[in-house]
Amino acid sequence: MSLLAVEQISRQFGGQTALQDISFTVERGDSLGIIGRSGAGKSTLLRCLNGLERPDSGRILFEGEDLAAVPDNRLVMLRRKIGFVFQHFNLLSSRTVASNIALPLEITGAPAPQRKKRVAELLDLVGLSDHASKYPALLSGGQKQRVGIARALAANPALLLCDEATSALDPETTSSILKLLSDINHNLGLTLVFITHEMDVVRQLGRHVVVLEHGRIIARGTPDSVLQNDPPLRLPSGLSPTARAGDHTVLRLTLDTQALIAPLLADSAAQATVLDAQARQTGGTQTLEALVQLSTSTPDALSLLQATAQSVEVIGYVPSDT
Amino acid sequence: MSRLILDLLLRATAETLEMVLASGLLAVIGGLPLAVLMMLTGPSGLCRMPWLSRPLGLLIDAVRAVPFIILLVLLIPFTRYVVGTSLGTTAAIVPLAIAAIPYFARIAEVSLREVDPGLIDAVRAMGGTRWMVVRYVLLPESLPGLISGFTVTLVTLVGASAMAGAIGAGGLGDLAIRYGYQRFNTPVMLGVVLVLIVLVTGLQALGNVCSRTARHGSR
Ligand SMILES: Nc1ncnc2c1ncn2[C@@H]1O[C@H](COP(=O)(O)OP(=O)(O)OP(=O)(O)O)[C@@H](O)[C@H]1O
Ligand SMILES: [Mg+2]
Repeated sequence: MSLLAVEQISRQFGGQTALQDISFTVERGDSLGIIGRSGAGKSTLLRCLNGLERPDSGRILFEGEDLAAVPDNRLVMLRRKIGFVFQHFNLLSSRTVASNIALPLEITGAPAPQRKKRVAELLDLVGLSDHASKYPALLSGGQKQRVGIARALAANPALLLCDEATSALDPETTSSILKLLSDINHNLGLTLVFITHEMDVVRQLGRHVVVLEHGRIIARGTPDSVLQNDPPLRLPSGLSPTARAGDHTVLRLTLDTQALIAPLLADSAAQATVLDAQARQTGGTQTLEALVQLSTSTPDALSLLQATAQSVEVIGYVPSDT
Repeated sequence: MSRLILDLLLRATAETLEMVLASGLLAVIGGLPLAVLMMLTGPSGLCRMPWLSRPLGLLIDAVRAVPFIILLVLLIPFTRYVVGTSLGTTAAIVPLAIAAIPYFARIAEVSLREVDPGLIDAVRAMGGTRWMVVRYVLLPESLPGLISGFTVTLVTLVGASAMAGAIGAGGLGDLAIRYGYQRFNTPVMLGVVLVLIVLVTGLQALGNVCSRTARHGSR
């Protein structure tokens, strides 16, 4: 069973759609990045994953229990197994660093000696042992986020959610926080779901990525496959991770443009080199527009291409060594 | 003569302090829960209950709208019922507290609403109950503001307690009216004003120090 299975959730705010038909699963130990433009619905989605926001429809199965349907008192208990790291840290200014980190343990009712031991461990993990009795107002942004992460880890959650954990930080601090998160994911095996709008963060931290736009998932895959496609492929709506009876299969292909075009010239002496190519949507049809360099501009090569291509246009000539 | 004035001033100061501190304490005991209730049941609260928050807000504002001197008279039967008499320092504490509770409730509500909603999210995300949100976020995070609001309430009570002199409550205001206004005894009147200035600035300074200490370097 997946740790988290999101099944076709939707959420509207007063007639405006924030999330539509979102489905994905997250396995234990995985790390999933959610990217998308501002207003795409990323934060709303993440807040649904710990029940801070309830979807209008759909299910969110966390360890098999539906966060969208459990009663409030059960939701409160389930949240204790989900850590949340905020963009603006959200540390209590009335509590010291150590006492901020201890708060989730006070909430779960852990006895004081156990709290103390765990807080010391976490302070060590995030490298803030010297700052235990400081108040948050005296810390730098990076230090505050370390406290935020330590606090989110305090109650040994099964899942860690991060909403733009590094967006308020400078590049250097960002990379040290990313290193910390990636260590937590790799070494502690903690499952991670994070939001970012920085591609570098996805590459460093994500094993899987979903791209959100206008409340829909428009692409998903590994960081490499998703980030290469620029702009990303548009996925059909109602895409589900599991097959139901009568479903069609949707798959992603990567084709070599050179290999697509070369066979067209099989009967000619000319050699074709693809300089650039791009998929285009014209009306209802997908076309591939390619810039091709021919070794010899024999008339038969041109007519062979014209037989298959929708249009062929000679746009100029270059020396043979280019 | 000056010995007598000093005695009068000391006794009156003690009476004023008694009235102000007792009704101030009652204002917190009554006003703070009201403020929390207003905030939680209000339009953007954690347990929205417009059927409760609206009438409650109306009641709070209605009491605040009544001029204190009128409230003093209106409450005479109630005061007599509670403390057995409607005259004297103890009796004055009842109308002072009734006036101060909604006053402090509104001031405290403002402080509670100024708490960053992100902090409430943080504790809810940890699996905190609504009560834990109040206990760990709302009250401690608004403490500096609550202390400032309490200071303002106390200073206002110093002024209001002078009016309570009208029902023989004693205190500095009473002394100023009887000796200064009715008998043109300038030394007593000046003495009273001096004590009041010291009292108010002292309360304000103490409040500022406490509020700043509670702030822990934030803001
Ligand atoms: N509580 C709310 N009430 C009304 N509308 C909301 C609420 N929360 C979010 N929205 C709307 O839902 C849409 C998605 O918002 P969301 O905060 O999830 O976007 P986001 O992808 O996190 O953006 P950003 O990158 O700027 O943080 C936006 O149009 C926003 O205005
Ligand atoms: Mg957001």
